[in-house]
Amino acid sequence: MAPQIHTDQNQRLRAVIAFGLLGLGLIAVGILQSWNSAFGVLNLCMISAVMALGLNVQWGYAGLFNAGVMAFAAIGGLTAVLVSHPPVVEAWQAGGTYLIGSLAALIATILLIRSVRPRLPEGRIRFWGTVLITITAYVIIRSLFREGAGLVEAVNPAKTGFLGGLGLPIITSWIIAGFVAGGLAWAIGKISLGLRSDYLAIATLGIAEIVIAVIKFEDWLARGVKNVTGLSRPVPYEIDLQESDSFIGWVRWWYQDTLSASDNSVKLLNELVISSSSIFVKLCYSGILLAALIILLTLANRAARSPWGRMMRAIRDNEHAASAMGKDVVYRHRQAFIVGSAIVGIGGAMLTTIDGQFTPSSYNPLRFTFIIWVMVIVGGSGNNLGSILGGAIIWFTWVQAEPAAQFVMQNIAGFLPEESALADHLSDIAPHMRLFTMGLVLLLVMRFAPRGILAERR
Amino acid sequence: MDGFGTDILNALILFANFVFVPALSYGSQLALGAVGVTLVYGVLRFANFAHGDVMAFGTMITIFVTWGLQSYGIGLGPLPTALLALPVAILGTIALVLFYDKTVFQFYRRNRSAPVIYLVASVGVMFITNGLVRLFIGPDDRRFADGERFIIKARAFKKMTGLSEGLSLQVTQVITVVVAIIAVAALFWFLNKTRTGKAMRAYSDNEDLALLSGINPDRVVMVTWILAGTLACIAGTLYGLDKSFKPFTYFHLLLPIFAAAIVGGIGQPVGAIIGGYVVAFSEVMATYAYKKFLKYLLPDDMAPSTLMQFLSTDYKFAISFIILVLVLLIRPTGIFRGRVY
Repeated sequence: MAPQIHTDQNQRLRAVIAFGLLGLGLIAVGILQSWNSAFGVLNLCMISAVMALGLNVQWGYAGLFNAGVMAFAAIGGLTAVLVSHPPVVEAWQAGGTYLIGSLAALIATILLIRSVRPRLPEGRIRFWGTVLITITAYVIIRSLFREGAGLVEAVNPAKTGFLGGLGLPIITSWIIAGFVAGGLAWAIGKISLGLRSDYLAIATLGIAEIVIAVIKFEDWLARGVKNVTGLSRPVPYEIDLQESDSFIGWVRWWYQDTLSASDNSVKLLNELVISSSSIFVKLCYSGILLAALIILLTLANRAARSPWGRMMRAIRDNEHAASAMGKDVVYRHRQAFIVGSAIVGIGGAMLTTIDGQFTPSSYNPLRFTFIIWVMVIVGGSGNNLGSILGGAIIWFTWVQAEPAAQFVMQNIAGFLPEESALADHLSDIAPHMRLFTMGLVLLLVMRFAPRGILAERR
Repeated sequence: MDGFGTDILNALILFANFVFVPALSYGSQLALGAVGVTLVYGVLRFANFAHGDVMAFGTMITIFVTWGLQSYGIGLGPLPTALLALPVAILGTIALVLFYDKTVFQFYRRNRSAPVIYLVASVGVMFITNGLVRLFIGPDDRRFADGERFIIKARAFKKMTGLSEGLSLQVTQVITVVVAIIAVAALFWFLNKTRTGKAMRAYSDNEDLALLSGINPDRVVMVTWILAGTLACIAGTLYGLDKSFKPFTYFHLLLPIFAAAIVGGIGQPVGAIIGGYVVAFSEVMATYAYKKFLKYLLPDDMAPSTLMQFLSTDYKFAISFIILVLVLLIRPTGIFRGRVY
């Protein structure tokens, strides 16, 4: 037992050092750049950590390859819009009947196929009969649907042009997003789990493309690439804070030394109030995100230590043995896949919430799928805290690589006579270098430190 | 000239021009890509996510060599210079994939890792290749086809036949099909007639039995990568010639290529080729607007008022996915009974 305890202490030390370094990094950003951007980075670190935690449930617990993390993040973001945006009544009046009609027609078709199929003789007739019904129904539904979508999109297209949402507080969308993303995962898992592991990878790669395409091109749903902006917030607005007397009084108290030392204290106070208000908003978000992250981490850790977690690891390590012991491997894989996707969906809703807007074109597979993979593998597959650490560290590096490079460039600029040409070239290739570096980090960690920063607890 | 006979001819020419010819050349490109994926799958037993970016890397070398040749004034006359550059690019791509095998995949092979580990490693390789391509040539769209553009121009065709619809045939389309036929013929000759090819198939069918028969696994793996690299480079170059070269689109080609390999039965080269055409034809046919086509065939009062398009072109790649889902639901082994479990 002795070496085990030693490893555990070692792990704890590592976690403390890693989180400490991360904290120092954030403080450095706060001092060198601004506290505003430091808290901005911190918030995104926490959201990345949530997504990494979700992927860890799939990859770390169950060994499932999900190449469509982006789809679940995007669908979470979409849910945030559809839950929080007030409904657009005119749009519902204009095209709602058609859209509801096409939905009803879709359900009717499914029921029709289900009732007709068993009555047709097995074989060719059944197959072609189903195909015929499907195509006919598709043509009818599509024309109904196009009509309705056209009408909805024509309602005040510059501002709305979509159906709107439910008008509920945006925080509720975090929970709903989990269910929506989980539902999508259920459907994908139903089709592709139980076959070779590669099939899940390919199916998720495909669903990611399609989810993004639907969100981009179906304007009636969430305005497509025109973006939905100005979503409601769970925290106060900067402008309200700047006009609130108690906030100004609080800023005056916090900065009293600086203010009394200044010649033009009115102007300075004004500036301080503006900068403090945006920091205050970010801090509020940090608080909410931290609370959510702690809840998710606690639940994930409990799940991992429960008999369920032990069973998942047993299945992952040896499917055949677990199956021989009577475990339903496919069913359990589906569970892990759904739970993981739900957590990623929650992360997606969080992202849209703190952005205050939903921009479908910002979803790309490198940023929203493969980076999350790097986070989980670097952090330590199978270790929840490790995923959170990996998520935060990788995100921090990802966004701070550029300012850091610029900082270095500025400091050596004096020694370089032709710095502008060289600097231009370096800043041109920087984003591509980032991709290359991420790939390299992934491969190096997999090869030389497959357990990641924090190894899985045994 | 008019009458129903001409209408039918016009409709057919219209269909050939906008559906058959483009789908045939796109299908050939997908088929070559899918054969590469399927060979790697058959022998190394994982879905190689880096294949699309390896295609992009090969195309990039073709473009660089083409530029070099152009600057010396060397060309092929009416044919694109890229054909002359292709052999060099193939060698470059082979070097790249062999390098990846030595540095990345060999380690996991020795450790007998699970297929999903290879999959994650191939994602890393994908990143690196993607980064390299963007580093060298940048993320922009590039056209590198030179020489003649058309074999038959639509207008000349109309003049020749007197029909109101024209059929245009681009040089790149014909080259795609011809090169694909040559490449596939050579591949099957290799797989069926040579000793190494037979060893490869034996290894793909049953690894243990092949090892017992004294087949050298390292050699089989090396040959597989050489073939996969060659095919990837050819497929990428043909795609780039036909459309244009943009690193990001090659990542998106992964989905139709995987769909093609799975439709045909993963691990089965013949299946991959058929799958390539199945995916390409479904994609083009489902997104084509049949309004004009039906106008020729139906009496005037029955002419359709809508576009008669099955799916908007925005959802082109959804077709690959739908095909994939249908195959997984109805016949997960694909047409040629690939390995599924």
